Amino acid sequence: MKRQIPLALVFIFGIFHIFQYFVPHESSEWLYEFFLKWIYIIGIFALALGIWSLIRVSWDKVKHRRPNWPYALITLGGLFAMIIFGFDYFRHFFTAEGLQNYMFRAFFDYILIPIQSTMFSLLAFFIASAAYRAFRARSLLATLLLLSALIIMLRFNPYLGFFGDYMEKTASWLLNVPNLAAKRAIIIGVGLGMVATSLKVMLGIERQYLGKD
Amino acid sequence: MNIFDRMMSLDRRWVFLLLAVVCVVTYVWPFSIPIRTTDEVENIFDFIDTLKEGDYIFLGIDYDPNALAELHPMTYAIAEHAFRKKLKIIFATLSQNGPGMADQAIRDITDSVKLDRTYNGVFYPGRTIVNGVDYVFLGYKPYFALVILGMGQNFRIPFPTDYYGTPLDSIPMMKGILNYDQIKCVVDITAGNVADAWISYGQGRYNFPLALGLTGVMGADYYPFLNSRQIFGLMGGLLGAAQYEKLSDNPGPAMDGMRIQVYAHIVIIFFIIIGNIGFLASRKKRMGKEVK
Amino acid sequence: MKLKILSIFCSLLLGIVPLAIAQENADTASVDSTAVASPAPVSQLTAVDTDNDHGHSISLKWEPSPDDGAGLKSVIGYEVYRAESPGGPFVIRAALPSGASSHIDVGAKEKESGDYMADYTDYYYKVRAITADSLVYSDSDVFGPVQCYGQWFNTGRIPVLVFVIGFMCTTILLIQKAKSGAKLFVRRLAGIEAVDEAIGRATEMGKPILYVLGLGTAADIATIASYTILGRVAKKVAEYQTRLIVPCYDPITMTVAQETVKTAYADAGRPDDYNEDMVYFVTQSQFAYVAAVNGTMLRERPATNIYMGLFYAESLILAETGALAGSIQISGTDQIAQIPFFIVACDYTLIGEELYAASAYLGREPLLLGSLKAQDYAKAAFIVLAVIGFLTINFGIDWFKQLFYISN
Repeated sequence: MKRQIPLALVFIFGIFHIFQYFVPHESSEWLYEFFLKWIYIIGIFALALGIWSLIRVSWDKVKHRRPNWPYALITLGGLFAMIIFGFDYFRHFFTAEGLQNYMFRAFFDYILIPIQSTMFSLLAFFIASAAYRAFRARSLLATLLLLSALIIMLRFNPYLGFFGDYMEKTASWLLNVPNLAAKRAIIIGVGLGMVATSLKVMLGIERQYLGKD
Repeated sequence: MNIFDRMMSLDRRWVFLLLAVVCVVTYVWPFSIPIRTTDEVENIFDFIDTLKEGDYIFLGIDYDPNALAELHPMTYAIAEHAFRKKLKIIFATLSQNGPGMADQAIRDITDSVKLDRTYNGVFYPGRTIVNGVDYVFLGYKPYFALVILGMGQNFRIPFPTDYYGTPLDSIPMMKGILNYDQIKCVVDITAGNVADAWISYGQGRYNFPLALGLTGVMGADYYPFLNSRQIFGLMGGLLGAAQYEKLSDNPGPAMDGMRIQVYAHIVIIFFIIIGNIGFLASRKKRMGKEVK
Repeated sequence: MKLKILSIFCSLLLGIVPLAIAQENADTASVDSTAVASPAPVSQLTAVDTDNDHGHSISLKWEPSPDDGAGLKSVIGYEVYRAESPGGPFVIRAALPSGASSHIDVGAKEKESGDYMADYTDYYYKVRAITADSLVYSDSDVFGPVQCYGQWFNTGRIPVLVFVIGFMCTTILLIQKAKSGAKLFVRRLAGIEAVDEAIGRATEMGKPILYVLGLGTAADIATIASYTILGRVAKKVAEYQTRLIVPCYDPITMTVAQETVKTAYADAGRPDDYNEDMVYFVTQSQFAYVAAVNGTMLRERPATNIYMGLFYAESLILAETGALAGSIQISGTDQIAQIPFFIVACDYTLIGEELYAASAYLGREPLLLGSLKAQDYAKAAFIVLAVIGFLTINFGIDWFKQLFYISN
């Protein structure tokens, strides 16, 4: 029963949503909206599970003084600080204030934004080092890749003078013809793969998510 | 190890160092570079520019602080353009940290629109942007695909109230605005796969004009959708934002950032060339030795 | 005397009245001579229920007024009016520019809405041709009654239905074929073949294996495909008694991954070697997760990094850090934007649907192989249709393209 019920639910709701796509009638729409609301409710439980997992894992590290446990303490401190300041605790304790709370916004503007931007900016350096390592003219295909990359990078360079227009037109052709063709092919393949995998999940063929038979 | 071998196997820290120096110098030293515009950005600008006063647009701010550098300028450029044209904007965010981004953008843009400005030869007097009259910020809800589908039925399904807790039905500008049918276009600015959801579940199902603002990395992937007219415009990365700023005659952080990007690209190209010179010279030497 | 006064009065009256009438006529004549003449009305107005929708919508068509852009050239637009009885009262529903010849009148489905348009209710329509003078216009004949209602089948999506049925039938046929023992060819996937070798390398070096499921949720197709590969990796790792590290982004993904690894260890005959700390939750913040995984890579120095699932901008940060740590890297994602980064920085990459194919490739089960072959046949069909489409469009044959048109 532990496996049959989830499989049955997946099958029934999967088939329903396939049919719903082809049935525009109001009653089908009503059912669809009903399920949408339920998915939100289920989603909230997932968020709660995430917070609980984080607290449990971090507290476990702190309690047993596992390696790097001070960072787990900081994680917990950050989590609770954001929760506390996210509520209007001076007036209506359980009213969520979010960004209207000065401290909450300060944490967001002066801690979260700089930290996340810094991590993302690592990409600029890693792209440079990856490009340096990978763009070598080892073969004909690698050379074509290298030339394409150079053209795309240089297309809006203002110092090319006479060659600027040709570079831009070539770059535009590269983006709109071979790039588009390749991306389209991958999109079709991925789309078919998604349909096939969804069918497998619906029909119970793919059931890894349920665990051991 | 001869010079060509060194060129081929340079320590990556030299790459990082030179790139950092160039970025800092070009940031600190102010100069402008000419920006050329492309059709995909011009389509978005022309579409918004030809809308009438009082028309509604939907602006999705679906990115986190990590994509701030590339996408925030797009939000500022489009929102200011729309407010100057006296369009009404429905803001929403489908990304967890999006409310912070949206809140910051709305605050800054409403301050900017208070000033008198002339763009493209047209004088726009400053005005006060009022929440509920000129814009509404719906806030954030998880499961973006479901939110997009829900808004196609009625905005009130995923967002019964706006971000500040006011019921949508009591917001003046939301009277009679039920779903995408009353909106002239949707412009989604995102760094994640929310764009795919907007195309499949939004535009595919409800057939509204959709434009995307994406990071540079993602931009190239969405040309098939531009070609098939599932989206009518595309802004890719900082360049896209700079192009929009140029078209709206509103220079901002994107146009400033382009000079850094251009020089960073030159540095990357320099290292690629060095690496290839080293590689080809070493290969020639190795082949020469084998022949002997 | 009285008679005299009366006669003067009568003559005055006879003079004034015609004068007044003449004046009035003169006024009227002056209005007539400067007023806009009424334009010709629209003709052939029809209204039908809008097709393929949930109801509450009626589609109108008409022939524009002959005075729109021709004739008097006085028509500047049209107004659409609706009533619930032929005599009215008519309510304006739309204002359209000149040249318009159709309109879809859409109402709300909620009764509380001010714009509610009931299904199975008689409606009557007329279209008014308007001019620059708001007093000068002409109405068409009233058309009606017409009712709106929802359809039970969207005929505009028939091509999708044909594809879904065709694909399902092909899948079932090929599964039956595989079950009956037929050999279905699946080409070699270098990335999957390399997994065994990479696990062996890790065992020899005495270093752990890092498996990253990506940033997807348990409902994402890429994550579901990744579980299968994780199961295989975990089984091999259990057999070789190598350490496995699986940091997770999503708590539900973590739960499923724990089940998968535990099952794999049990299948390998080493259930006691399974340790719940192998598979742990990190955080649901993208770059915080990346920072944590990078830290793990640089501290633990795994021999092999396997990235399978949904990845976003962090893909290159992970892969470059792994390269710095000297690990062999095998990756697979369906995120098209990230594939180039993985190709550049990793030793082996599964591109797009190769990730989904991995489950069939590894297990070689008939059920999975059959569905994989169905994908291949579908792709072949798309190629053939694309070539036919290309040729027909170039020879001016339009009907073939129309076969695939999907309306909303």
